[in-house]
Amino acid sequence: MGSNSSNMNHIPDGQQLLQDTGFSAAQIIRLYERFEFLDKDNTGHLRPEDLETVPDLDMNPIGARIIGAFFPPGKETLDFGSFVRILAHFLPADSNRTRAGAQQEPANSTTGKLRFAFQLYDQDRDGKISRDELLQVLRSMLGLQVTEEQLQCIAERAIQEADADKDDAISFDEFRKSLEKVDIDHKMSIRFLR
Amino acid sequence: IGNMLKCYQSLMLIIPFEMADIFYFCRRGVESIVDDEVTKRFSAQELETWNLLTRSHYNFRHISLRLTVLWGLGVLIRYGILLPLRVTLAATGISLILVLTTLVGFLPSRELRFFLTEKVHVMCYRICVRSLTAMITYHNRENKPKNGGICVANHTTPIDVIILANDGCYSLIGQAHRGLLGMVQRAMVKSSPHIWFDRSEVKDRHLVAKRLSDHVADKTKQPILIFPEGTCINNTSVMMFKKGSFEIGCTVYPVAIKYDPLFGDAFWNSSKFGMVNYLLRMMSSWAIVCSVWYLPPMNREEGEDAVQFANRVKAAIAAQGGLVDLIWDGGLKRAKVKDAFKEEQQKLYSKVLVGEQEQGDNKSSEENPEEDKSYHGSANGQ
Repeated sequence: MGSNSSNMNHIPDGQQLLQDTGFSAAQIIRLYERFEFLDKDNTGHLRPEDLETVPDLDMNPIGARIIGAFFPPGKETLDFGSFVRILAHFLPADSNRTRAGAQQEPANSTTGKLRFAFQLYDQDRDGKISRDELLQVLRSMLGLQVTEEQLQCIAERAIQEADADKDDAISFDEFRKSLEKVDIDHKMSIRFLR
Repeated sequence: IGNMLKCYQSLMLIIPFEMADIFYFCRRGVESIVDDEVTKRFSAQELETWNLLTRSHYNFRHISLRLTVLWGLGVLIRYGILLPLRVTLAATGISLILVLTTLVGFLPSRELRFFLTEKVHVMCYRICVRSLTAMITYHNRENKPKNGGICVANHTTPIDVIILANDGCYSLIGQAHRGLLGMVQRAMVKSSPHIWFDRSEVKDRHLVAKRLSDHVADKTKQPILIFPEGTCINNTSVMMFKKGSFEIGCTVYPVAIKYDPLFGDAFWNSSKFGMVNYLLRMMSSWAIVCSVWYLPPMNREEGEDAVQFANRVKAAIAAQGGLVDLIWDGGLKRAKVKDAFKEEQQKLYSKVLVGEQEQGDNKSSEENPEEDKSYHGSANGQ
């Protein structure tokens, strides 16, 4: 199919997305097709219900949170540009070509990925993962398989390990520090097929 | 203090949870947003080479003048010559079915009725098949379904019925419709036994099962044709078979149908196209090419329940047709996943975190009876 960006004309913000994210033209086209497929009523926007039709996501213990990451509080619809920009977090870090005029740090850098994951925990966006928020995530991932006590113990241990300034919550820096040995790029990247 | 001790001990035993654990679920979730195994089965598959039909070209754009001219020529031929011919044939076929089956229904003698019904049906179906220009290859005809059994096949399109009925007489089973289709249904019933349900009866599974078993018990009746997937799938995979027809306990004759999408994709995407639209598209493609394999009959074995039997049949059909064997329910086209699946995921994850406790527990089982109970409780819970 070649890499001509001429057939991106019907994609909203196509050229802009090409510059801002690390996706190739072919990948953006592919994502647009997927976007159109998910957009069942052809409004040009996605709603949370559209994402919920994917069975794998519905089955995912933190599926609701992932959908929430696409729809920040107050936003009910998702246009294609935002869709792609969020997915850009999951590009492997090495696919970034140097772009003249790239303003900020690319979404798929380690920090970008960490920030995305941090937001999955930090639902009220106050910049800290409180004990409650941690418990909620654990409850989602474990359901009724463990007791309340076990849950508390696990959360206790996690906070003790990560919380450096002893304020009973995990800030973004503490989060990052506790994960410095983890290969973030590997764990938080997916292969986008042409 | 007892509580603190317990907590400390369990901390020692539990594999520590890591903040990074969420990455796994996160990645899986986003991967499924980008592409997933299930929803793509509900839309037509992509072709490797273009067959001059705009509808099967994913990224239609201008490549060269020559190609566009060829395509234009193709449109002329398809819509100018092929389509009218086919529509005429189809109209002839349908009216013949209506007229002839009604006529045969008036005959008094039962044997004569059976004899003529077969001839009439086969003739009309052949006409319909020609009207779609379906090139069908039947394999292993010695395994053709016999009376008193159930014929089970994978479902891609309503045309499956015509394709199979072209080669033999089947009793159909389905909802009673109104309008033209309803007329055809009522006409068919006059000369041979089909099972048409009212909408209200469909909900009553026992009623359905009873009518099915009554039919198969009568050895003079033709085999019933059933599509256990319940909905049209795009012919790259076989989805979960509903166990209803496998509970009856008669011989099952599996049939695998595989379409070659090169000359025309037969998949009916019911959320995108209505029936008439679909038929028009079928008749304006080049041709419908398919292969039908009759598989050796299967019976339910000792100690096998209906679900296992259904899966065994499904695997055989998938293997023969070169289709992917999926456990997912075709009903996911319209409905959402049941909570049981989410619980499975949670169970697996909790086993990773808490499961190791089992080995260490032998020593400390007196101190931690509650943890023991909760783990075993959850394992037996489902």
